[in-house]
Amino acid sequence: MANKNENDTLVNDCDIITRKEFIAQTSAFTAAITITTSSTKKIINKLSAPAPGMLTVAMNVNGKEKTLEIDPRTTLLDALRENMHLTGTKKGCDRGQCGACTVLVDGRRINSCLHLAAMCDGVKVTTIEGLGTPDNMHPMQEAFLKHDAFQCGYCTPGQICSAVGLLKEGHAKTDDDIRELMSGNICRCGAYQNILDAIKEVQQNA
Amino acid sequence: MYPFTYIKAKTNKEAITAIGSNSNAKFIGGGTNLIDLMKMNIEMPQQLIDITSLDLKKIETLPNGNIKIGALVRNSDLAYDETIMQKFPMLSKALLAGASPQLRNMATTAGNILQRTRCSYFYDTAMPCNKREPGSGCSAIKGYNRMHAILGTSDKCIATHPSDMCVAMAALDAIIHIESANGERTINFLDFHLVPGDTPEKENVLQPGELITAVEIPALPFASNSTYIKVRDRHSYEFALTSAAVALEINDGIIQNARIALGGVGTKPWRCKEAEQSLINKKATADNFSAAADIALKDVKTFQYNAFKPKLAKQTIISALQTIGGNNG
Ligand SMILES: Cc1cc2nc3c(=O)[nH]c(=O)nc-3n(C[C@H](O)[C@H](O)[C@H](O)COP(=O)(O)OP(=O)(O)OC[C@H]3O[C@@H](n4cnc5c(N)ncnc54)[C@H](O)[C@@H]3O)c2cc1C
Ligand code: SF4
Repeated sequence: MANKNENDTLVNDCDIITRKEFIAQTSAFTAAITITTSSTKKIINKLSAPAPGMLTVAMNVNGKEKTLEIDPRTTLLDALRENMHLTGTKKGCDRGQCGACTVLVDGRRINSCLHLAAMCDGVKVTTIEGLGTPDNMHPMQEAFLKHDAFQCGYCTPGQICSAVGLLKEGHAKTDDDIRELMSGNICRCGAYQNILDAIKEVQQNA
Repeated sequence: MYPFTYIKAKTNKEAITAIGSNSNAKFIGGGTNLIDLMKMNIEMPQQLIDITSLDLKKIETLPNGNIKIGALVRNSDLAYDETIMQKFPMLSKALLAGASPQLRNMATTAGNILQRTRCSYFYDTAMPCNKREPGSGCSAIKGYNRMHAILGTSDKCIATHPSDMCVAMAALDAIIHIESANGERTINFLDFHLVPGDTPEKENVLQPGELITAVEIPALPFASNSTYIKVRDRHSYEFALTSAAVALEINDGIIQNARIALGGVGTKPWRCKEAEQSLINKKATADNFSAAADIALKDVKTFQYNAFKPKLAKQTIISALQTIGGNNG
């Protein structure tokens, strides 16, 4: 997603020019227009639509009340990373296919990349930063360290938030249950066995 | 993503009034399909109406024994509901076979029914696709069509309906409750989705401005003996190559009643009534299950890369029926 300034420029441009002018003014687009399909037409029509306003959203993030001014298109993931600078939550596929962006919303694990920040007014969000700190780790964070449950670490915040959500849900009885119920988190380094061990340890100690 | 305005509706009426008959506005539930499609510029609504605050989150048993599931019940809550697990295990299993725990925590009942196909050409705006852009052609018919349908296809589109939950709902003769400015109406689940025919862009009979409020599952005592089997390229977090939702009522080894619906093979959730009929008054044996599977699949049409599907679907039906068919053969 474009940052706020770029958005404003895009949006302002769209306000003041018509579709025709837009095509005439934009050389790159002119080339594309020669193969105009109805979807490019649709896109151009969208670009000339009026700019939607910014929204004010208030949510509790890791115990702190936050009020944000956001473009309605902002996902919770982008709001966390770009607006609140909580970069612990990772952007992987950005399409719900990898689980790197997993956070807890009102205690439930979700993919923050497919969730609009606008829909988070009044909710409680917990990210990896809110679970624990290096000096005061959450048991799941400690167990991941102890069991070496990662290699590159990119998927780890999502894995840990997902694992915390999994134990709270309480449906995992066997190793296979844990594997199945962690399948929404892909680990490219293949640390799955150690992730399983870490989760089991926390489950047993609970 | 293209710009849109966002509003949150607090009541059904507010949501219905807000959407009016504006075909450029959309409701948003879990957002797991809509936001994905908006990121790809496949869906470009100018307004989103957030319906997640509506009072449509209950699972109720009605006086007649039917179960009414609110449109906003999350897939995970429905899957783990005690009544659903006991009375309709196929529905619980189908839900748990779909997507991931995070996505199921977000996805709503109505959103799941309305999710769009996962055909990779539909998602690729550089490629022709009749569903996305009517008249542009179908890239899959002569393309890489391994995931595509073998039942209900047309020369315009061969995409599967991707939902697991819907396969169980088709088997269970669910009823969809709808509200709009014109009042309320219900649609039988089997009449809700459309095969592509000449208009693959029309996927169901929901009219602009209509809000799905609930799905009702008629009481069906023998559905406590039911299951859902899904075959896919990896063990989890993957769409079906083939799947089957089945229920059997067996007395003294003789089948009294059967339900069979298929996923991964049809352009809509695929109910197999003729195959069900063929099982009645028969013994619950592997041979009879096999003959029923042949009937279910008698109209298949395969394409270059999915010629394996009829055999796989047949085995899926047989093993699902065997799982609940007792040790009779
Ligand atoms: C990575 C990934 C893997 C997946 N794997 C599977 C799988 O294996 N099996 C499977 O079955 N599914 C799978 N899914 C799909 C998932 O189940 C759907 O995305 C989800 O069910 C959609 O529900 P939602 O509430 O998020 O819908 P939304 O995205 O909110 O809405 C979908 C559509 O429904 C409309 N809508 C929503 N609610 C209403 C209402 N009450 N009335 C009228 N219109 C409404 C919206 O306007 C929109 O057009 C997967 C999804 C992803 C991203
Ligand atoms: S199968 Fe359907 S969705 Fe896929 S490319 Fe063809 S028309 Fe589009």
